[in-house]
Amino acid sequence: MRNVKFLLEKEFKQVFRNKAMLPIIFVMPIIQLLILANAATFDIKNLKLYIVDKDMSSVSRQIINKFEASPYFVLEEVSLSEKYADEAIQDSKADLYIEIPKNFEYDLVREKHAKTKIVTNAIDGTKAGLAMNYASNILNDYNVEIAHELAISTNSMPQDQLKKINVEYSNWYNEDLKYDTFMVPGILVLLVTMIGTFLSSMNIVKEKEIGTIEQINVTPIRKHEFIIGKLLPFLVIALFELALGLVVSKLVYNIPILGSIGLIFMFATAYMIVFLGIGLFISTFTTTQQQAMFLSWFVMVIFILLSGLFTPVENMPEWVQYLTYLNPIRYFIEVIRMVMLKGAGLENITFHFKMMGIFAVIFNVSAILRYKKTV
Amino acid sequence: MKKLLVFTKKEFYHIFRDKKTLLILFGMPIFQILIFGFAITNEINNANISIYDKSKDYQSQKLINKILSTNYFTLHSYLNSDSEIEDAFETGKVKQVIIIEPDFAEKLNKEGEANIHLVSDATDPNTGTTLINYTSSIIRIFANELNKGVIPDFVIENEIEMRYNKSLKGVYLFVPGLITVILMLVSAMMTSISLTREKEYGSMEILLASPMKPAIVIISKVIPYLLIAYTDALLILLMGKFIFGVPIVGSLPLLLAECALFVMLALSLGIFISTKAKTQQVALMVSLVGLMLPTILLSGFIFPVENMPIPLQVVASINPSRWFIIIVKDIMLKGAGLDILWQETLILLGFTLGFILLSIKNFKVRLS
Amino acid sequence: MKNNYVIEAENLTKKFGDFTAVDSISFNVNVGEIFGFLGANGAGKTTAMKMLTGLLSPTSGKATVAGFDVFTQSESIKKRIGYMSQKFSLYEDLTLYENIRFFAGIYGLNNKQIKEKANELIGRFGLEDLRNTLVGELPLGWKQKIAFSIAVIHSPDIVFLDEPTGGVDPITRRQFWEMIYETAHSGVTVFVTTHYMDEAEYCDRISMMVDGRIEALDSPAGLKKRYETDNMDEVFLKIARAK
Repeated sequence: MRNVKFLLEKEFKQVFRNKAMLPIIFVMPIIQLLILANAATFDIKNLKLYIVDKDMSSVSRQIINKFEASPYFVLEEVSLSEKYADEAIQDSKADLYIEIPKNFEYDLVREKHAKTKIVTNAIDGTKAGLAMNYASNILNDYNVEIAHELAISTNSMPQDQLKKINVEYSNWYNEDLKYDTFMVPGILVLLVTMIGTFLSSMNIVKEKEIGTIEQINVTPIRKHEFIIGKLLPFLVIALFELALGLVVSKLVYNIPILGSIGLIFMFATAYMIVFLGIGLFISTFTTTQQQAMFLSWFVMVIFILLSGLFTPVENMPEWVQYLTYLNPIRYFIEVIRMVMLKGAGLENITFHFKMMGIFAVIFNVSAILRYKKTV
Repeated sequence: MKKLLVFTKKEFYHIFRDKKTLLILFGMPIFQILIFGFAITNEINNANISIYDKSKDYQSQKLINKILSTNYFTLHSYLNSDSEIEDAFETGKVKQVIIIEPDFAEKLNKEGEANIHLVSDATDPNTGTTLINYTSSIIRIFANELNKGVIPDFVIENEIEMRYNKSLKGVYLFVPGLITVILMLVSAMMTSISLTREKEYGSMEILLASPMKPAIVIISKVIPYLLIAYTDALLILLMGKFIFGVPIVGSLPLLLAECALFVMLALSLGIFISTKAKTQQVALMVSLVGLMLPTILLSGFIFPVENMPIPLQVVASINPSRWFIIIVKDIMLKGAGLDILWQETLILLGFTLGFILLSIKNFKVRLS
Repeated sequence: MKNNYVIEAENLTKKFGDFTAVDSISFNVNVGEIFGFLGANGAGKTTAMKMLTGLLSPTSGKATVAGFDVFTQSESIKKRIGYMSQKFSLYEDLTLYENIRFFAGIYGLNNKQIKEKANELIGRFGLEDLRNTLVGELPLGWKQKIAFSIAVIHSPDIVFLDEPTGGVDPITRRQFWEMIYETAHSGVTVFVTTHYMDEAEYCDRISMMVDGRIEALDSPAGLKKRYETDNMDEVFLKIARAK
């Protein structure tokens, strides 16, 4: 273990001496946290709405009022023909428009049946999906209301025979539906992961590329000592970044940390051991930094996309949802959100810890086996 | 010209000898479009819910059956007390709890009115609200059925049109984004790294000291990446079209020309980075942090730019990818032509010229 | 006298697939001698050396280094040998002192010994001013000399030098060989590969490798006598032609 001490001393000196890497390691993450958390937002509240009101009746007026009252929409224009609204969609000035056809009120009262049209700008999928949901919900609510009114006013039924279910709802853990509350913890995971995978895999490959690894290999340093000496600095750096990130998320975004910080760090340590193992594993496959970086990038992109960070796991088909259990990032994203936002304790994440243990063993053992000290 | 050819060939040999990088260069776009196409949808499937049925009568049972018969939800558990609600959320699995008040059926019959409380895990606000929307519309339909014969099912019928992407397929939107990311990755990142590597190993000095013109040296180094990037873009377009049915409504030649323009832009950006970076590692990190993340996040690929705070929108505007994604989306999905997209195209041209000029300036400084 | 041999190799062979890089070589190296491995590029010198240092495991044959078996005791061998590879391999982003400290440390020297050795080494080269200079900023000649000094910092039984003078100027090469002599005099066996035939003259004994086999093994004088010439280049050409 004395060797590990000397290796650590060397690694830290090298990292801190690299003037170009220092800002990348320490400043970039903070800037990213500031930029990403604001950029990575599906915070969809101010949907730009156009209404084409060809009916100009009291009913159409009521519908417009309903939309005006909704926090999700900003009513941009009410026009008489769809030509104008179509153009607005084409130029992305509108996210959606609602068309109320001529004779809408007449049909509604006489025929008990009328049609509206919702047109969304699906060039942006998430937005279009939500816009469609919100808009049809408002119209459907109005639908129930008007149906009841009609039933009563036509005296076909006494009011007390009509059945009604009131739905009340609450949004727990994030009452204001703030998107950064959701994203910031996830971005923390991303930052820590990137440092772990990229820096560690590239660091070892760099020694291969320069040739110093051969020198190391003829010394009495054992495989596991070398690997520990390589990985520990990045573990420390990653945990430091996590601490820095938590401070930023508290001070800048006021993200609550309901659970135990110690628990987060405990899990982060387990998680980093997994990812350093992956970085190490990658380095055993590659001979140049360029390759290492591309392979890391490739692996990362797939892991990130299937982690639930940007697109919720619930939005994936069932078979893919099962696949995500093989994705270590998924676990940390879940854990950090659970602990920070919901105050989950150790008993809630034992499964996650176990999975980390399994991943850590798999990746590190195969990396050590593959890392041949005999070049 | 002959020299250029010889040098380009040499560069190709280098790339093709490196099987791993090659595999990644072509494997990555294929893998990514498959993931986007198959794995990421805009619809929620099998979200875990818990139900706290305080009434346990025939109506509540009917309602629960109706809710669970959809693909949206999977029953995680039945709850028996208020305290269990919090526990259910803390396991991280449960996304929504449906609470049905006591004497549900009786209240419906006697008072004609009953209450349901939906609690959602709003840590993810969109999933939270979407789930509430799904559940409330199921409950609304259920209530309508209770009134069957009394009032019509639908007095107002909503006709819904998803313009430019009828079935709201995620892959329609990912194809343009993916083309952008891959073109940027291969062109800008690969060139900056490979040029910096030559610098680091000192072989650049040798090339520059040779009678070759510096421009030819650089051009011969970037041509292979240009071709690879372009092949990747075509691959994505073809897979999008033939596997996932992503349309190309507008003009294909225009789309290809715009892609070529963007590749030029990315290459000149890559050259510019390499004139600045001293070591491969720096070039890598700058490309990765400075290029890839903005390309993915500040471009409208995944997150709409209009949702961002104004300062970020400004930053996004100096990100060439943002304009390119607009161009690709508009050509492919809206069928827009140059008459609509001339501004974006000019912006890309401007960036390209700018980076070329900056590179030339830096290059001279470095040599003198 | 078995104990006088610090390296013993018998029919040592290394195959890479169908290609036989080292073909059944046998030789012994005496304690304190400068043993040269000569041959053209690709003759198998480096592969042979890598087997002896434990970097590569042999395909067949037997060999001991410092009394330890290369098949089973390579970790013990590593403690008893020094090595300087073809590629320059000090850390360029560490200072002179830090490089010394690192390598001395992993060879098990304690802090007091590290300081003594570092001072001695720096003093010997008169590099006191450059103690805290990054190694990357030193001229190549100095780097090579320092790399050598570091390779023997733990007083190994044998030091392996893989083409140590590649790319340095004649004066530095001369100085370098003086250091090798000095080291050998202190009782450290030197095992050196080179393709500079003039350097062969500095060795006590040399083995000529051609296509993975040892074609001749003798003192430089003995070889010149046998091939009836007065310079090593001729010797080499004759051996290669006879092949």
